Amino acid sequence: MKAAISWRCCDATSCRAAGAAALRHSLVAQHGAERVKSVGCLRLCGQGPLAAADHEDGRVELFGGVAAERQLDPQHPFFTLQRSVVLERCGLVDPGCLEDALAQGAYAALAVCRQLAPKAVVEELERSGLRGRGGAGYPTGRKWQLVAAQPGSSKVVVCNADEGDPGAFMDRAVLEGDPHRLLEGMAIAAHAVGANEGYIYVRAEYPLAIERLRGAIAAAEARGLLAGFAMQLRIGAGAYVCGEETALLHSIEGGRGTPRPRPPYPAVSGLWGLPTLINNVETFAAVPAILRQGGAWYGAMGTATSKGTKVFALSGAITHTGLIEVEMGTSLRTIVETMGGGVPANPNGSLGVVKAVQTGGPSGGCVPAALLDTPVDYEGLQALGSIMGSGGMVVIDESLAMPELARYFMGFCVAESCGKCLPCRAGTVQLEQLLDRFVERRATGADLVQLEQLCGMVKATSLCGLGQSAPNPVLSTLRFFRAEYEAAIAGAGP
Amino acid sequence: MTTPQVQPPKLRFATVWLAGCSGCHMSFLDLDEWLFELAAAVEIVYSPVASDIKVFPEGVDLCLVEGAVANADNLALALQLRARSKLVVSFGDCAVSANVPGLRNLWAGVAGGSRQSVLERGYVELADRGAQHPHAPGIVPELLERVLPLHEVIAVDYFLPGCPPSAERIREFLEDLLRGERPQQQGAEQLRFG
Amino acid sequence: MTQASPSITLQINGQPCTVAADATLLQAIRSAGLQVPTLCHLDGLTPVGACRLCLVDLEGHPKLEPACVTTAAEGMVVHTHTPELESYRRMAVELFFAEGNHVCAFCVANGACELQDVAVEVGMDHSRFPYQYPKRHVDASHALFGLDHHRCILCTRCVRMCDEIEGAHVWDVGYRGSACSIIAGLDQPWGEVEACTSCGKCVDACPTGALFRKQDATAEKQPHPERAQQLAEARTDRRWHNQ
Repeated sequence: MKAAISWRCCDATSCRAAGAAALRHSLVAQHGAERVKSVGCLRLCGQGPLAAADHEDGRVELFGGVAAERQLDPQHPFFTLQRSVVLERCGLVDPGCLEDALAQGAYAALAVCRQLAPKAVVEELERSGLRGRGGAGYPTGRKWQLVAAQPGSSKVVVCNADEGDPGAFMDRAVLEGDPHRLLEGMAIAAHAVGANEGYIYVRAEYPLAIERLRGAIAAAEARGLLAGFAMQLRIGAGAYVCGEETALLHSIEGGRGTPRPRPPYPAVSGLWGLPTLINNVETFAAVPAILRQGGAWYGAMGTATSKGTKVFALSGAITHTGLIEVEMGTSLRTIVETMGGGVPANPNGSLGVVKAVQTGGPSGGCVPAALLDTPVDYEGLQALGSIMGSGGMVVIDESLAMPELARYFMGFCVAESCGKCLPCRAGTVQLEQLLDRFVERRATGADLVQLEQLCGMVKATSLCGLGQSAPNPVLSTLRFFRAEYEAAIAGAGP
Repeated sequence: MTTPQVQPPKLRFATVWLAGCSGCHMSFLDLDEWLFELAAAVEIVYSPVASDIKVFPEGVDLCLVEGAVANADNLALALQLRARSKLVVSFGDCAVSANVPGLRNLWAGVAGGSRQSVLERGYVELADRGAQHPHAPGIVPELLERVLPLHEVIAVDYFLPGCPPSAERIREFLEDLLRGERPQQQGAEQLRFG
Repeated sequence: MTQASPSITLQINGQPCTVAADATLLQAIRSAGLQVPTLCHLDGLTPVGACRLCLVDLEGHPKLEPACVTTAAEGMVVHTHTPELESYRRMAVELFFAEGNHVCAFCVANGACELQDVAVEVGMDHSRFPYQYPKRHVDASHALFGLDHHRCILCTRCVRMCDEIEGAHVWDVGYRGSACSIIAGLDQPWGEVEACTSCGKCVDACPTGALFRKQDATAEKQPHPERAQQLAEARTDRRWHNQ
């Protein structure tokens, strides 16, 4: 440890919770404040607090624990199989220091873009094949093109930073670790679509992200980097549904956060009725790299329909919990077994076994262990009844019964339904109660029929994505683990 | 000589009164002269208004059930009538939806539950004198914690809503059934609650 | 004065139908002499697409769409009563009954209730979903009117009536999910909300017995769902229904 020339100390939420302040304090005491820098997420969150030591010869060491007592292996596949694009500066740059960000290339792509015709920027993005990382996967370039094509001189760019899926912390890492990247991506978007106003809607549950964003906006404005683009931060009030774009817009406008039917889409009539571009954090954060390296470079990564890289938050029954960014098309097996180290051994020493991987949070589903070779892309996961979602990836082991998992997510939707449309407001309540019967093993055959019928109804008739996808965890576990539901029918045996 | 006509066996018909106000049975009695036609077509084997038999018999073809399932006796009788009847009809809103008797379920979530709350209110809080909980094991049936519509307790074949269903509605329903047809049950006259 | 707007032709349940180009599917369906059930919709108020009863099937379109907020388009092929839609509607009406405390027997609106009507329309003879018996309350603080939350289906017609027609915005929606309720003012007793003009338009708009006149007893409520449209037309088109 003595040979280290400088230290990078993770100062993101999860490492803070694990004692990053104490670790940093002791590193400062040993090496001096000038040799210790605060950075964003160093990825292996489960081993936090984390600190990296950069040696003069380029060697990097990684330590975990309040006293840096655990030496970790930076050559583990968890790190070496990552492909950092969105997170390229996260963990390297001091998120509170504009100078550091500039020194590492922040705002360079914006400066170049501003010399280009807006149309050229949109075309570059279309070339990249980037699709919305919030979950729906709409082609980003096409969305930008739509907004750019709208008449009028007042347009808005909105960043959806209301990341709320259980088990999802991809966007938080960007916001906390490299906030200037988001501002740059949004400013590029503003230039491309002709917007002069920008809003970042960030959930109140991310106080550190809010603090970093405030600092970053102030610093970037003071330096004139956002000239012509007025950026505002809006803090959510704890409603998951505000991640739905029309609810988010209502919330920014000061109204109740409830979705409305589309069309009109926000691209045509969004915030204050103005043409509005909404993308999520990761989508905007991919933009500077795409514009710097070219759309073709980005499009060369990934699969035929899902280009580039994707950030995932890996958690649940897994050895290496943390944040990964991989090329689209990487198999779930590579992510879970090779990078994540699989399910930890049981206390009795027996091998842990992967039962399923839950992707996409309350809107997603479970991919069973037998299908772990599925490459991660939008269509592949959808074909299995799950979704890419925003990037939460929760590994399930044999200890969890699927009706229980389904009930957990249904309970989440019951609590988070805005109450505007009937199927979501009342249907999810009935679905949760039906699932109770399966969890408590007092269901009947008729309950199973009703469960499937009501899932179909809520999915087909709800107003917004929250309700439409609320049955997915049930439908997906019914598809692959139906026997567990059948066994929960009273009198069906052990 | 003419061959004596073979009379088909009469339909064995029952009506049951669970937790309800008996209004559905009053409406049934409003069938007036049609009751004679009914009596010609069916054998009434059990009914609070048309027979004096105390035990629900075996081999019932059609049973109309008024009222929700609110106490232990209701529950026992519901299970018995289901086991002994071919067709069971939820007769009126209380059987169909628990209706007014079900209102005490609003107190199911409070301390003491709905059973305690309703007894407290009825026999203690509102008593002018001699306030006490009724307690006569084996005579006064115990209340269930929740009042349930009939179909949440037993399988129900037909639902005849209304509070009460009008005599006309009952007649049309029974006429269809007696003809061996599925009752039509369309439109406000035949289907509306309340 | 009035310009005839261009018209479009679409097909509804196999029958061709020509309507103004800006017509909604609901208007088109009705102009064809057909019907889909509605609860949150009220002519004269901004449609919100919340009750989901008017969902229709559009050929070649992946999702069901609410007729009340969907603009009719040339060549659309619309189905209003597929077996799937009928099954969903029946479930929806059962969910409405199960989520509130709807006891028709002693309701002011018994016999003049749109929820009762749609139950009849979809052929609902019982609810397959257990009744929830939510703990709600009655707001009797207003001198003339009452609000029985047990009977509220959260259609928000009162909210829109008060906001868009009366301009007082006494009503809004509070809370979330199944705990949602209509609130007066800043979630105050109705009688304490000074913005209320006591016009009674919210009572006219209410499809159930949730909002009522205090003098009305069981089955005595006289709803006036037509008033929103009459007032809207009087203002925008200067057309007065009493002249």
